[in-house]
Amino acid sequence: MTPPDAPDPVSAPNPDRAHARSTRAPVYRLEYAPAPESTAVVSLRDSYGLFIGGRFVEPRNGRSFVTINPATEAPLAQIALAEQVDVDQAVRAARRAFTRWSALAGKERAKYLYRIGRVLQERAREFAVLESMNGGKPIKESRDVDVPLAAAHFFHYAGWADKLEYAFAGRTPRPIGVAGQIIPWNFPLLMAAWKLAPALACGNTVVLKPAETTPLTALLLAEVLQEIGLPPGVVNIVTGAGPTGAALVAHRGVDKIAFTGSTAVGKQIQQSIAGTAKRLTLELGGKAANIIFEDAAIDQAVEGIVNGIYFNQGHVCCAGSRLLVQESVAEHVVSRLLARIETLRVGDPLDKNTDVGAINSRTQLDKIHGLVQAGVDEGATLHQSSCALPDRGYFFAPTVFTDVAQSHRIAREEIFGPVLSVLTFRTPDEAVQKANNTPYGLSAGIWSEKSSRVLWMAEKLRAGVVWANTFNRFDPASPFGGYKESGFGREGGRHGLAAYCQFAEDAAS
Amino acid sequence: MTALVAHGDSLQWVRAFAAGTLRIPPVDAVGLEARATALTGRSIKKASKLVALRLAIQCIDLTTLEGIDTPGKVRALCTKAMHPDPLDASIPSVAAVCVYPELVAVAKHSLGASAVKVASVAGSFPAGLGPLPTRLDEIRRAVDSGADEIDIVLNRSAFLAGDLARAFDDIAASKQACGAAHLKVILETGELGTYDNVRRASMLAMAAGTDFIKTSTGKITTNATPPIALCMSEAIRDHFEQTGVRVGLKLAGGIRTAKQSWQYLVIINETLGGEWRSPDMFRLGASSLLNDVLMQLRMQATGRYQRPDDFTVD
Repeated sequence: MTPPDAPDPVSAPNPDRAHARSTRAPVYRLEYAPAPESTAVVSLRDSYGLFIGGRFVEPRNGRSFVTINPATEAPLAQIALAEQVDVDQAVRAARRAFTRWSALAGKERAKYLYRIGRVLQERAREFAVLESMNGGKPIKESRDVDVPLAAAHFFHYAGWADKLEYAFAGRTPRPIGVAGQIIPWNFPLLMAAWKLAPALACGNTVVLKPAETTPLTALLLAEVLQEIGLPPGVVNIVTGAGPTGAALVAHRGVDKIAFTGSTAVGKQIQQSIAGTAKRLTLELGGKAANIIFEDAAIDQAVEGIVNGIYFNQGHVCCAGSRLLVQESVAEHVVSRLLARIETLRVGDPLDKNTDVGAINSRTQLDKIHGLVQAGVDEGATLHQSSCALPDRGYFFAPTVFTDVAQSHRIAREEIFGPVLSVLTFRTPDEAVQKANNTPYGLSAGIWSEKSSRVLWMAEKLRAGVVWANTFNRFDPASPFGGYKESGFGREGGRHGLAAYCQFAEDAAS
Repeated sequence: MTALVAHGDSLQWVRAFAAGTLRIPPVDAVGLEARATALTGRSIKKASKLVALRLAIQCIDLTTLEGIDTPGKVRALCTKAMHPDPLDASIPSVAAVCVYPELVAVAKHSLGASAVKVASVAGSFPAGLGPLPTRLDEIRRAVDSGADEIDIVLNRSAFLAGDLARAFDDIAASKQACGAAHLKVILETGELGTYDNVRRASMLAMAAGTDFIKTSTGKITTNATPPIALCMSEAIRDHFEQTGVRVGLKLAGGIRTAKQSWQYLVIINETLGGEWRSPDMFRLGASSLLNDVLMQLRMQATGRYQRPDDFTVD
């Protein structure tokens, strides 16, 4: 911070200044002092056990792993490592709980869900700070998006719990049984809410496996479940990495698998349950097209591009990672975008003014570096924000690639980081063709002031979510899910109930 | 977006606009408001708050525009403008006082050799629908009385009737009438109905040669808002990119709290950048704002809020 009259290299007086009258040329500087959210609201334990049968228990073999803060690389806590035997315990607890939970009247199950949502709201700051500490996302996002949306999902599905018979015309929904749910590290609490709320509303019990790098908010949620008196075993949480998830997927006592994560793992899961009666929903990767027409509201479209790819450091399966911009405005849009990324504030996730936080893990950072290098090697033009990155922790500067061709790896592979690939098109047909020319199909964005074109495009895009003149907007009432290698099944809204119900009529036939 | 139009030529500007060679991008209201909300959510603390508050004072056009304004009232206002806090000489003076033309001479005399400018509304303020020669004459008289800056209103009647050339020519003629004085054009955004109109009117006024565009007269219920400030800032940035000319922004009406002042500073800071963070390019038209800023500054210095009566009311 400098006083207003100190020299400012960034905004040195410009001799061309057309209307400057003042003979002196004072420079008025305005920087933002650090505004970190306090971590005092979070009380971390040294170690966390597994949440099985309503209690925290030690894993049978006593193994554990460390979870860290990716912004500082400092360890936060020891986390129990669940192995086959522990997963078995958890599934058994869920099976035991299923009989009574599934027989409970819908309005009674709803009461529990409402309570969870309310406690999430009451303890919102604690959840938000912990989410940012463990995952690296900016506090303004965990505070304004993750936690409120998580609570909203519990409220939404609480509302459905006693109205299930109205959700499916002419069919009688029944719970499936024990659901094994495996969630990713990009929205740890929110994904837990997306998975738990509909499963519980429909009368299923759950074994949830949070991601290896971000287990803490799920474990805090387990404390909330104890606090609100959820019957033991209705939700069990097992922590660990791939092998823990594989044990859960393979367990014979699990009736349904719900997985959100990478396409590669999704394929493995689908192969491993082939020949069993297990039901499966997958929400996998994406390489979404964000399509800008020349008649778009350009300034708002640029904000939409920024939100589409830099929200949550680009760790978003539906991120708008492929910008398709009409060639007539491409130069203008790119110059606006490059100017805009200079104003993104990259750094401490807990600072309330941070726009882009830490990359979730060293592994992910290495993957981003690798794909960006591939983009450079293949001949795309690299542009990066000149922002300074913190010395410690995992950070990556907001990045834009221009001169990208459809055949480049950076146009096809999911980078899952703050890296945007810019491609151009000439006509609406070409935009549709390029947008759909991907193995994925999770989301898409259309920016145009011409609503007839927006509707025409939305019909033709093979993507589960199509946003018009906005991006990365989520609502519990809106179904979310993919086409092609982005997975199958829908989460959210009335559609999200179907994944957690079976139907009496189907069994009879 | 290429649109190089000679300053002050309405025919050329309107033709370019009609032909689409002058492209004024549409504004998406939802996106604009979301971005404005995000910017006003910036957390301005400690040292940056002090800098913002001092800058806010330096950008204030301390205003009185009442039918009951008297020489005594204006003299008191001028004293306050030069020395906002009699107990703290380190507090800078405001940018200007803003009065009706009849009181310009009083203000000029009161301010003497100080750096505080005299701004005057003119041109049949606030409706702006007097005969053009009368409006121009009022401007000239205000300048002759010593006004450094003239605030006129956009001819909304012509603008909303689609007579862009007339709205343009009124401004160009007013600019000429100003001579060396600076011209601010009030768009009265609360009457324009859409952000698209605000952006279009901003571009029109800038092409016609104004030095500042300004939101509001303060005489209607809808005044400056964060989305309006953002919308006009984006137009100013476009105009600068297209012509190389920097036009200033004045926000007026309903700005009463210190917090609002730094929220607006953040909007221009992140949309227009360093060149606009100065009284030469940014103004806040207000009356009660000054005391709230002083109260916040005293709070930052002492850690305690003072009574409202500890600050002078002029």
